[in-house]
This record gives sequence, C-alpha cells and structure tokens, in this order.
Amino acid sequence: MTTPEPIVALEDVSKRFVKPLDTAEKIGRIFGANVKEEVVRAVDDVSLQIAEGEVVGLVGESGCGKSTLGRVIAGTMNPSEGAVRYRGVIVEGMNAQDRRRADLAIQMIFQDPMASLNPRMRIAEIIGEAPVVHGLVSRRDAEAYVAETMQRVGLDPSTRKRYPHQFSGGQRARIGIARALAVKPEVLVCDESTAALDVSIQAQVINLFMRLREDLRLTYVFVSHDLGVVEHISDRVAVMYLGRIVELAPTDSLFSGPNHPYTQALLAEVPRLEARKKKFSALKGEIPTPLNPPSGCHFHPRCPFAFDRCKVERPMLKEVAPRWSAACHLNDKAA
Amino acid sequence: MSHPVLEVKNLSVSFGSREGALTAVNDISFHVDRGEVLGLVGESGSGKSVTGLAILGLIDAPGRIGANSSIRLDGQELVGMPEHELRRLRGRKLAMIFQDPMTTLNPVLRIDTQMIEAVTAHENVSERAARARAREALQRVGIPSPDERLLAYPHQFSGGMRQRVAIAIALLHRPALLVADEPTTALDVTIQAQIISEVQELASQTGTAMVWVTHDLSVVAGLADRVAVMYAGRIVEQGSVVDVLERPLHPYAHGLIGSVPSRNKRGSPLAQIPGMTPSLGRLPPGCAFHPRCPRATDICRGEWPEATAYPGGRTARCYHPHLENEVAA
Repeated sequence: MTTPEPIVALEDVSKRFVKPLDTAEKIGRIFGANVKEEVVRAVDDVSLQIAEGEVVGLVGESGCGKSTLGRVIAGTMNPSEGAVRYRGVIVEGMNAQDRRRADLAIQMIFQDPMASLNPRMRIAEIIGEAPVVHGLVSRRDAEAYVAETMQRVGLDPSTRKRYPHQFSGGQRARIGIARALAVKPEVLVCDESTAALDVSIQAQVINLFMRLREDLRLTYVFVSHDLGVVEHISDRVAVMYLGRIVELAPTDSLFSGPNHPYTQALLAEVPRLEARKKKFSALKGEIPTPLNPPSGCHFHPRCPFAFDRCKVERPMLKEVAPRWSAACHLNDKAA
Repeated sequence: MSHPVLEVKNLSVSFGSREGALTAVNDISFHVDRGEVLGLVGESGSGKSVTGLAILGLIDAPGRIGANSSIRLDGQELVGMPEHELRRLRGRKLAMIFQDPMTTLNPVLRIDTQMIEAVTAHENVSERAARARAREALQRVGIPSPDERLLAYPHQFSGGMRQRVAIAIALLHRPALLVADEPTTALDVTIQAQIISEVQELASQTGTAMVWVTHDLSVVAGLADRVAVMYAGRIVEQGSVVDVLERPLHPYAHGLIGSVPSRNKRGSPLAQIPGMTPSLGRLPPGCAFHPRCPRATDICRGEWPEATAYPGGRTARCYHPHLENEVAA
C-alpha cells in the first residue's frame, strides 16, 4: 500500500488551558506567596495522520483530551503548540480564503443537539444559513438545497418550517448532521454524537453515518467513550490517556490483542452482551487530575506492570507492528 | 422456597395532563428474590424509572398509582401505606440510588453530617457509633482514607466517588431491596466497572435484592440474573438473562438486542428498529409496538396481547413471538 497524502495531519499538537492568576493571587505573589498559574495540558504532544476516506475512532475516559483533540482537528480551537495540516498545508498559516475553505471542509457534529441548535431558528434556516452565507448555493436555490439535504439524512422536508424543540432526540441528531453536511465537508468530527440516544435510535444514526460515508466519500473522526460503537464504525482507533495517545492501531488488531496495559484494562471493563454474571474486577484508582499529571508514563500509578523506568521516562509512541503503535516501555523490555 | 423480597402485581402509574391521563406504567407484574438482581431495561419513556420510583413510594401528584396495583416488600403492602410508615422503611429496608448522586447528597453539608443523620434516623445510636458506621461504610465502597473524606463536602469528590458515597448511604442499613436507577450511566467504563463490582460484592454479602434500572443491555448482561424488558409502559418480555438476551421471544427485545453494535459484523449496517418510540399520549391501538414491528398482523392492532408463559419461567406479550427461540436452556 502506498501512503497517499493524509487529508488531515497533526504534528506534535499540544493544547494547554491556563487559568490566569486573579488580582488577589497577583498581589499575594508580590509579597512572596508561592502561587502559580494553573496549566492543564489537555492535549499533550499528539501526532496523528488521517487518510482520506478513513474512519478514525478517538477513545478514552473523561478528561483524556479526546474532545479537545476533536476540536483542534475541526479548527474550532487552535493548538498551543504544533501544527494541524489540511492536505499538507498548515492551517494556521493559511491566508483567509484558504483557511475558510479548510474550515468548511472539516465540520463538527456535537453530542447535544439542543445545545448546538439555535432554539429560535427554524430548521430550514439552521441548515440553509451557512451554505448561502458561504456562497455554496444561491439564496434562490436554498430551499431546494435544504430539502435535498434533509432527505439525505432521513428528515421529511415538509417539517422544515419547524423549530428544534418540535423534534425528537434522534431527529435532532439528524438536524445536526444535516447542518454539517450542508457546507459540503470532506471530514466530519463527531463528538459523542450518538451518546445521548436510545439504543434503537443510536443504531439508526450509526447506519446513517455509514451510508453517508459511502455516498459522499467522507472521512470521519469519531470521538466517543463507547467502545462498542467505535469498534463497529472505525477503521483505526486511537486510545487516549491524560492528553496523550497511548495506542494507535487498526480496529481489528486493537480489539483482538491490545498492546498497551491501559487499552487492555479498558477493553476488559467494557460490559458486553455476551458476558454472563460477570465478576467485574476493575482497574484500581481513577484518572489523575491533568493539572498535575504523574511523571513519566501518565498511566504508571494504575498500571499493574509498571517498573522503575515508567516513573521517570515518558514512553514514546513506537511501532509494534505495521500501522500499529503503542507507547509503553514494556515493548522495549520484551524486545 | 421462601417468598420473594419484592412482589409487584398489576402496577399501573398514570399522570394527569392536559391531554388526559398518561399511563406511564401499565399493569406490570414482577418479583425479585433475596440476593437476586433484576435488570429493568427499556428506552426513554418506557416507564422503567417511574417503576423504580413507585416501588419507593415516590410518585407524587399529579402521578397516581392505579387501583389494582400491589407492591409487597417482604409480604408487606406498600401501596396506600401512610407516609410516616413509608419513611420508616425507606433507608432501612428499602433504598434507592440515582443516576446523579447529587440527587442524594446535600451540597452544603459535609459527608459525615449526612451519613450520621442517615444512621440515627433509623437507629437509636450515639453519634460516635454512627460516625464509626459511616466510616466503615465508606471503606466498604472503596473510598480511600475515609476519616479524611468524612469531613469533605460533596463537591470535593469526583463523580465516581460521589456515586460511591451515595451507595454507601443506601447500604448503611443493609436494606432488603435496593433500587438502582442508571447509577453508572454517567460514569466512565473503568469507574462503572469498579462500582458494579463493589455493588455486586456488597449485595452478595448482605443478601440485598436489586432492581437495576438501565437502558444499557450490556450492563444487564454482566450483572443481572433476570431481565424485564419494557416498552411503552408494559413489560413485553421477562425471563432469565440468558434466555432473554440470547433467545428473545418478543420482536422488540429481538430488535433491541440485534441493534447493539457488538451483535453486528463490523462495518456492516446495524440491524435497526424502524421508527421511534411512540409518545404516551398517542399510543397506537393494540400492541403499542405494532407500527415498528416486522411481524405485525391485523390481530396486533386490536388488543394488547396477554402475558403468555413460556418454558424456563419466561413471559412475553406478543401474538407472534419468535417461537424458534422458545426452548429453554
């Protein structure tokens, strides 16, 4: 297989959030109080290449940085360090016109459609506004275009004069998808887009995602904590822990023989339909605060296999098999 | 065999609204034995949470419990019991944990205040003894340094830890029955597994029976002994976990289980149930599932089918069940 140019590439991307000192703390510092700005490294030095037409799943527990990474990919947040490339060009360095094209090409679909759909706008406006503003369709053709987009996601175009609250949860999810599709994107970043839906509706929306991928040759970044959904839909999966990718592998490989101890633990905990009266035996402890992550490998305090090196040295993401990499010192030990 | 801890018979709960009375729970019957876990599964609006609340006697006006309903705890009738008697049972013989632990916890009181209050409400013990009990309860649910944590406020705990505290409070008096309403839904998988494993262990030590309300079939698969699947206020199928999840009789249960991603080949379209759950105000006549059901015929549009018994102690309400799945294991 030749490596075609990735449609989106992340190069050593970090995203930091800083809580600045308030006035009292600043005054305190003048008098020698030991207060520092609090810095959260939500995404810590991540590199990832997404090929055209691929579905990449981003999984991890709350606070692992998967949503932040999704937002950096979608361009709604700029990285603090590193670069995001769209078709080989660094997005932040683009001129206004190219930047707009890149931003339109990468769209985002959110978890809660009620929080991301303006309750005072009719569906036709929600879906039709952006393509008209960006000159993708003329105002005259907007109505037909909206109807076509609604049909594509399985909504009845005769409901286009309604407001978001008049729809069910599953239909709202479809509206969010239609709005993203209306600007003819190439990449969709789905942030927990099916998490709030009932099982039978979730299946419908996942099927819709898969059909759209075929019809429109879309590339997906699928951010989710639901490993079952990610396993079903993704070609490759990146597992994140405290801001870092700890394992990146084709879906089959990852789910059949996870390499990283965290991935192993995570997969073992997933409740499965096939399990019977399972003895849940959990990974001990919780995710440490990202304000003050552990030294070395972030996972070492919870890792059953941790040894001295894990406490001091950060393991880098290394290839353990073709297209399969993991960040764990154990892999050096075995070799 | 001894009688079940909880026996629910013909329970109906309706809510008055402008569109007339909406029946959220419609004539359901089930029982839970000592030490047993019953998974109550269904999608939003199926009536599963209302069932849980009804068991605790927490249905307030405009909600009404139907005339023929009976809820017996250890043989004692709870429907129509005066509030002050119910209050004596709640927390002692009957406890509930909610999806959001902040429903249980008071944000402005320290954990020790709340737990000591919960102990002394039902037992005449000194504050010191109550504190010791609280400390022990926190330790049992896996909270490190319980002495220190007793002095903390709820906001100083993480989500998983808060849920543990809520569980510790619920289990303080070793209740006969614990109703759990989606207690792990908001938690991460590793934390969910920790909490379920602790609840499993505690329940097996104390013999507490559990009704575990959830939409997540996979959690039920690993945790419950028996399952009841609800749709539009009715239990459409109930039986052992193995029977229902592996050989469902009712087309709804069949469709629901079939649409779980792990039951499908990766990358292939998921088996899906067409349409959506009907609103309670506009339930279709007959079996409420018939508009979405691939097996529906004219008879389904007439009357709700009665609950029919099948081998292995299963029941299903359907005119056209998947009979090929009937054989009990």
